[in-house]
Amino acid sequence: MKRLTELKDLRRMASTLRQDVIEMLVEAKSGHAAGALDLADIAAALYFNVLENFGPQEITNPDRDRLYISCGHTNPIWYAAMARSGFFPVEELKTLRKFGSRLQGHLERGSVPGIESSAASLGQGLSISCGSAYAAFIDQQRYQTYCVLSDGELDEGSVWEAVGFAGHYRLQHLTAIIDRNNIQIDGFTEDVMTKEPIDQKFEAFGWHVIDVDGHNIEHVIDACREAKAIIEKPVCIIAHTIAGKGVDYMEFDYRWHGAPPGGAETERAPKPEEQGKAALKQLRTLHGKIDNSDCC
Amino acid sequence: MVTKEAKLKKNYLDKDVEMISTREGFGQGLVELGEKNEQIVVLCADLTDSTKTSPFRERFPERFIQVGIAEQNMANIAVGLSLQGKIPFLATYAVFSPGRNWDQIRISGCYNRANVKYAGAHSGLSVGPDGATHQALEDIALTRVLPRMTVLVPCDAEETRKVTHAAADINGPVYFRYARAATAAFTTAQTPFKIGRAQVFRDGDDVAIIGAGPIVHTALVVADRLVEKNISCRVINSPSIKPLDGETIERAARECKALVTCEEHQVTGGLGGAIAEYTSKTFPVPINFIGMQDSFGESGQPNELLKKYKMDAEAIEAAVLAVVKRKRT
Repeated sequence: MKRLTELKDLRRMASTLRQDVIEMLVEAKSGHAAGALDLADIAAALYFNVLENFGPQEITNPDRDRLYISCGHTNPIWYAAMARSGFFPVEELKTLRKFGSRLQGHLERGSVPGIESSAASLGQGLSISCGSAYAAFIDQQRYQTYCVLSDGELDEGSVWEAVGFAGHYRLQHLTAIIDRNNIQIDGFTEDVMTKEPIDQKFEAFGWHVIDVDGHNIEHVIDACREAKAIIEKPVCIIAHTIAGKGVDYMEFDYRWHGAPPGGAETERAPKPEEQGKAALKQLRTLHGKIDNSDCC
Repeated sequence: MVTKEAKLKKNYLDKDVEMISTREGFGQGLVELGEKNEQIVVLCADLTDSTKTSPFRERFPERFIQVGIAEQNMANIAVGLSLQGKIPFLATYAVFSPGRNWDQIRISGCYNRANVKYAGAHSGLSVGPDGATHQALEDIALTRVLPRMTVLVPCDAEETRKVTHAAADINGPVYFRYARAATAAFTTAQTPFKIGRAQVFRDGDDVAIIGAGPIVHTALVVADRLVEKNISCRVINSPSIKPLDGETIERAARECKALVTCEEHQVTGGLGGAIAEYTSKTFPVPINFIGMQDSFGESGQPNELLKKYKMDAEAIEAAVLAVVKRKRT
């Protein structure tokens, strides 16, 4: 798999992934837009730069880095990243959520190559990642295990069982990336159920914590490298993101957590039938704030 | 008469038949597996001695993982291990696994086709003094409904040892339950065991008692007693609840025309449910169900509880006599 090393190429890839997400969701007429969009920069960083021994030719390579997606509802962005890196044809993206499709409504292991684990019921991926990291410890292997979680997911008690386990055993080569987009289905995360202080909670369990702008691809890559270099404890990267990033009328609005373009009526959004087109236009013209040049 | 193929101990009906808990068979089986296969790893949630994972921990400390009292986490750590080629066995009380972590077992275990072995300790009513909270009477139902899951219920320590080996031999999620109380050790190393197969332990053609777990021994006692009353009981050990041995069960229904199912489990959703579902499609006959009749247990000695909740020899005998009366002529 071709690794992208130029920042401009990675940014372009993130933009392509966002367009894929919008096109998939418009076609599917259901699905989760906000998280998928705000994870685009992280997905581009992981799939096209960070992950090692990784790609369609490496799916059985024991040395490949492992990526576990715990927030299965963000699957459009992961399907897009997988298609764009050659795991399956890009044309197949439009079959998302349709009868007979390999691209299920939530990730299913074995449906297309490259999905390490099924996911949907929240709070499970970090435990699976702990098992992956523990297996590497038993076998003295050096692969890195990455787990992407949503912030809403931190409500689940089982997440904290895993956080405690990883801290207790000082699991090496384990990186959790939390998509801190501040929304969940019913509202803003701190209104639904307090999450903060996320950093202090992880630190109390023995983790090293890195805060990063989740839309700054360079910083995300740096944070992943730093995490890999810390070998005496697990690392949590809190990636601060803007829900719905890239589509103006979706940004910061929790009502787009579980809706596709065309699937919600909000004050800032155009009429439902125009939402898909408007979203794509914003992404293509960069009016949707996806250019990170100001903050890099 | 006891069948030749069953290869039961000669003294299986005597008062002095050896009494061993099924959990001893699990502990032994795990150590044997650990010696045979380096990929075997064992996880436990702060119940190492009572689940009999302690012998494995002593022998292979580097492959034993203590997860603390966190059954949801344990189930998915096991999945993560299995996805890297390990064969994890996780053990805790069946009320907690699959009781506490069913969602993890469903999505990350079965939907993932993970090669994880779930061992449910302290199953059934005969857990005794710990009372209703610790008596797992729903675990078979919880696991049997899961696609891709194999469900096994061994009848004594030796069969539990075999079940432990068999679970490791197949690729995919397996749930099996075992128990705390010392019960009759009546099978031998030569008694056949195969996933998907039931064994006819005793021949008979008036009625067939089909059981799973240590209660199968009670069924043999009852069958022997009923000779005096001129009732010929077939006794079938059906440790493989899923996949069920439909062939052996259908043959019993056709030849005996009445069935009694026995298990230390709710009468809904367990072995009895599975047999009723199967025979209703193939050869429907009257069935009486021995098991928990939609209630919780309580504290007491195993024999006191089995008597009160009608899972002892007297209750099985009564069920047999009643079902014989219901036979269509």
